[in-house]
Amino acid sequence: MRHQPFRAAEGGHLIDRSEPLRFDFDGHRHEGYRGDSLASGLLAAGVRIAARSFKYHRPRGIWGFGPEEPNVMVTTGVREEARPNLKATEIPLSDGLRASGQNAWPSVAWDLGGTLGLAGNILPAGFYYKTFMWPARWWHGLYEPVLRRMAGFGPAPAAPDEGFHAKRRIHADVLVAGGGPAGVAAALAAARAGARVVLADENVRFGGALLRAPGEIDDGDGLAWIDVATAELEGMSNVRLLRRATVAGYYDHNLLTVVERAGEDAEPGAPATRLWFVRAREAVIAAGAHERPLLFGGNDRPGVMSASAAGGYAHAYGVLAGRRVVIAGNNDSIYPVARLLRGAGVSIVAIADTRPGSEAPDLPCRAGQAVERALGSRRVRGALLRRADGRAGDRGERIACDLIAVAGGWSPAVHLHAQARGSLRYDEERGLILPDRPGGANRTAGAAAGRFDLDGCLAEGWAAGIAAAASSGREQAAGEPPRSPDRSAGDAPVFWQMGAGKRFVDLQYDVTAADVDLAAREGYRSVEHVKRYTALGMGTDQGKTSGMAGLVLLSEALGRPVAQTGTTTFRPPYTPVPIAAMAAGLIGEGRDALRRTAADDWHEARGAPFTAAGHWRRPRYYPREGMDEAEAIAAEVRETRAGVGIVDVGTLGKVDIQGRDAAAFLDLVYANRMSSLKTGRGRYGLMLREDGRVFDDGVVMRLGENHFYLTTTTAHQHQAMQHIEHLLQTVWPELEVYATDVTEHWFAAALAGPGSRALLGEVAPELDLSNEAFPMMAVHAAAVAKLPALVFRMSYSGELSYEIAVPADYGLALWTRLLTAGREHGLTPYGTEAMGVMRIEKGHVTHAEADGRTTPDDLGLGRMVRADARSIGVRSLDLPALRRKGRQQLVGLSVIDRQARLPPGCQVAASDDMQPAPPLGHVTSFCYSPTLGRALALALVENGRARTGQTVHIASPVIGFSTAAEIVPPVFYDAEGTRLHV
Amino acid sequence: MLLIPCPFCGDRDETEFVYGGEAGNERPADPGAATDEAWTDYLCFHDNPKGPHRELWFHRDGCRRWLTVERDTWTHELRSARLSRP
Repeated sequence: MRHQPFRAAEGGHLIDRSEPLRFDFDGHRHEGYRGDSLASGLLAAGVRIAARSFKYHRPRGIWGFGPEEPNVMVTTGVREEARPNLKATEIPLSDGLRASGQNAWPSVAWDLGGTLGLAGNILPAGFYYKTFMWPARWWHGLYEPVLRRMAGFGPAPAAPDEGFHAKRRIHADVLVAGGGPAGVAAALAAARAGARVVLADENVRFGGALLRAPGEIDDGDGLAWIDVATAELEGMSNVRLLRRATVAGYYDHNLLTVVERAGEDAEPGAPATRLWFVRAREAVIAAGAHERPLLFGGNDRPGVMSASAAGGYAHAYGVLAGRRVVIAGNNDSIYPVARLLRGAGVSIVAIADTRPGSEAPDLPCRAGQAVERALGSRRVRGALLRRADGRAGDRGERIACDLIAVAGGWSPAVHLHAQARGSLRYDEERGLILPDRPGGANRTAGAAAGRFDLDGCLAEGWAAGIAAAASSGREQAAGEPPRSPDRSAGDAPVFWQMGAGKRFVDLQYDVTAADVDLAAREGYRSVEHVKRYTALGMGTDQGKTSGMAGLVLLSEALGRPVAQTGTTTFRPPYTPVPIAAMAAGLIGEGRDALRRTAADDWHEARGAPFTAAGHWRRPRYYPREGMDEAEAIAAEVRETRAGVGIVDVGTLGKVDIQGRDAAAFLDLVYANRMSSLKTGRGRYGLMLREDGRVFDDGVVMRLGENHFYLTTTTAHQHQAMQHIEHLLQTVWPELEVYATDVTEHWFAAALAGPGSRALLGEVAPELDLSNEAFPMMAVHAAAVAKLPALVFRMSYSGELSYEIAVPADYGLALWTRLLTAGREHGLTPYGTEAMGVMRIEKGHVTHAEADGRTTPDDLGLGRMVRADARSIGVRSLDLPALRRKGRQQLVGLSVIDRQARLPPGCQVAASDDMQPAPPLGHVTSFCYSPTLGRALALALVENGRARTGQTVHIASPVIGFSTAAEIVPPVFYDAEGTRLHV
Repeated sequence: MLLIPCPFCGDRDETEFVYGGEAGNERPADPGAATDEAWTDYLCFHDNPKGPHRELWFHRDGCRRWLTVERDTWTHELRSARLSRP
């Protein structure tokens, strides 16, 4: 067995001595036991310097026991697996664990930054506002890199976290935050009353303060009572116990978040972290309290530790944080800790109790004395004791020790109460900030409410559990509450400080008492401003130990009562939540629904690369042997324009509209008239927003007197449906209209090209496809490839074209049968790229042009709007801003360099000098047209239509690109539409 | 995160809903007769009180009904939620 010099021969209820574990810290191998935390393992191994401080690189050791730990943050793992800024007190020891210190080089034990002692003089409070300001050009090259190296925590890992993280959402009657005596009593009472209870605690074992020190409950050992209660809860079907789970956030309407970390006992495949969202009818906040520090010189030296933590390491882990201890305190809690440490084998050399008249015959009590200064530079080697009343002539007494255990009283953990917007009150007599009125359906119990005696915690917890259960309607008999003989109040004077030199208030951010004084002298009055100026309480410990001290110091410096100074705002989270836990489910595959059309399998089998279109994926093009992407796309365009092509348009939004008032409603929804449509005919429709901008476009088909079928764009299908439902339910509820989203019910494919009629005629023999019997914009129900279909003659490509819609389950059958039948016709499947090229050639707009700022007239569609101001958006078109001259209008750009390729984001400028100037407009769409053999673009240009024939410059100044183009009408190909009406 | 009591679906998380702005923003019955000022008032100028506010929420991932909700913008207290079209 490797040496664990500070492990007591026995004791430690959290560890299993039969299972030694090896771990590595800063390259040194150590040994601990199963159940240890990294902190207890380091202490057992005698590692005193475990961190370097944020600004000054001072050596630091472990101060606390749990999430309040301000000092020792480490990085676990190496390289890609590295996880920075974890508190040593919260890391369960595992075999082979590798951890390293932070903000130090080469190691925390021997750190160059600390050795030089440079930082102390140049980094006072607010240093970043005062120093390193000039010359400005030195900032990036010199100041920033140096400061970043000198001040900071662990570096973020360079590689993504490949671990498994998860989220869960649950409902509960009662969520109990904290599994100490109050929390367990609350959970037990609420669960027995019949409530659905979630009990969450940050530790691996329930017990709270009883993990750190023994107590008596119901005439027996307190922790044993906790174990019995936990076992009972575990057996109840209405209870969920979460261990290693911190309630981190309290949000509106009683939504609380709980961060659960996988422990050594996690089942295989379990997530590393699980973020629970618990919607609780009632919350019981039993979050305990954090021990306060005392201010004295060198109070940050390794070996200065929270007294309850020192006791806790002995009791829970059998670890001695020192061999000779001076205990410094201002309240009764020091005596039980002293007896606990003595029992574990620590020599109590002195107890400095600031209160005169304190007595403890069995202990070396120095009543009325305090620690003025910690002796020793790299770690504590002694303590300088002096009369606490500061009477002159007292030269003080040096006492050799290797541990100063500090008991400055307790700060209730009011964080969750305050996050829920509960109010706080300051109890001047007791020196406590306490929960006042709750801001949500919650109640605070136990130490978090200022009850520090075990009996009081049990009673309050029990009562809170009963009341919370009753509020959620559960009132079964719960039996008798547990009792304890411990009824000590455990209050302390507000605060104690003494001595000179560096006296640290916030250990994590290296904020000293002098920094707070300085901030007050410089005119800071608000505690929020002082926090930001000094960084007090801004660390990952969120001021759990420093908040009260800073508040008292500031109030003293300003000469006003603490209650007037107030606290800073408590914001979630209570303790750091890994980004990976928050991101779970929001990144990578599965973050969103993926919609595939009925023909998706076919596209995939053909090796088509996909593009995202809303939630849909659509094939971009179909790769061809011996052709690159551009060539394959050009071939799809050429073959469609010369013969026949087929494209999957199943992604378009589709809405079925029925009802007595359907036609009247559509007149109001669209800017153009729909009620004049004859049954069996369709019309292109333009939807506006109420502010007059183009919102969406599509085709409306009239299938019957009171029955319409309309399409929306793929991109706006959800918004369009929502818009229709909004109008029907809130604006015109009197209309009898039923709108149903049938996007998923129908699959659609378009046959396009001069050969489409012959091909369709072959698969739909019953249809008369002559131009007279089946003109443009006509719709017929017919069997296509033996499938029930709606056939609609319309065109997006500019060619003779038919859209065929079938029930979605027949979609793949339609697609493959058309492809099979089309073989002799040279049928070419084409993707979104070729579709886009053909629509630019025809000057059709998409959302690149209808970008939410353009009116119908801007897009050259003004003629479509009928003069009925009742229709949505039409009245706005009359507003001066939408009628003024100089608006940007849609134009075509014929690029002079026919082979040019435009980069994304091009502006349209009057000159090519590349000087900053307001542009005339911008390019909205660009393609190389294989049909015309030249580069084409659509653009929105100021007074664009009046500039037809002018030469402008397409420019991307950021990359130094410029090329000339002529402004032309936006329809480049077959402007007369002769190819459509054949 | 708000918990919105949908009359059809019961208490549901805010993430299932879409916010729809101020409720009761009456559309002029005859937009053609509305002055530019009256029309832009309807279009652009909405109340933004600190305190009780009647507003629209669309239960997008549920019953797809528009609800009129009374919410206190300061405390987030929801006083009522009913169908916009009964």
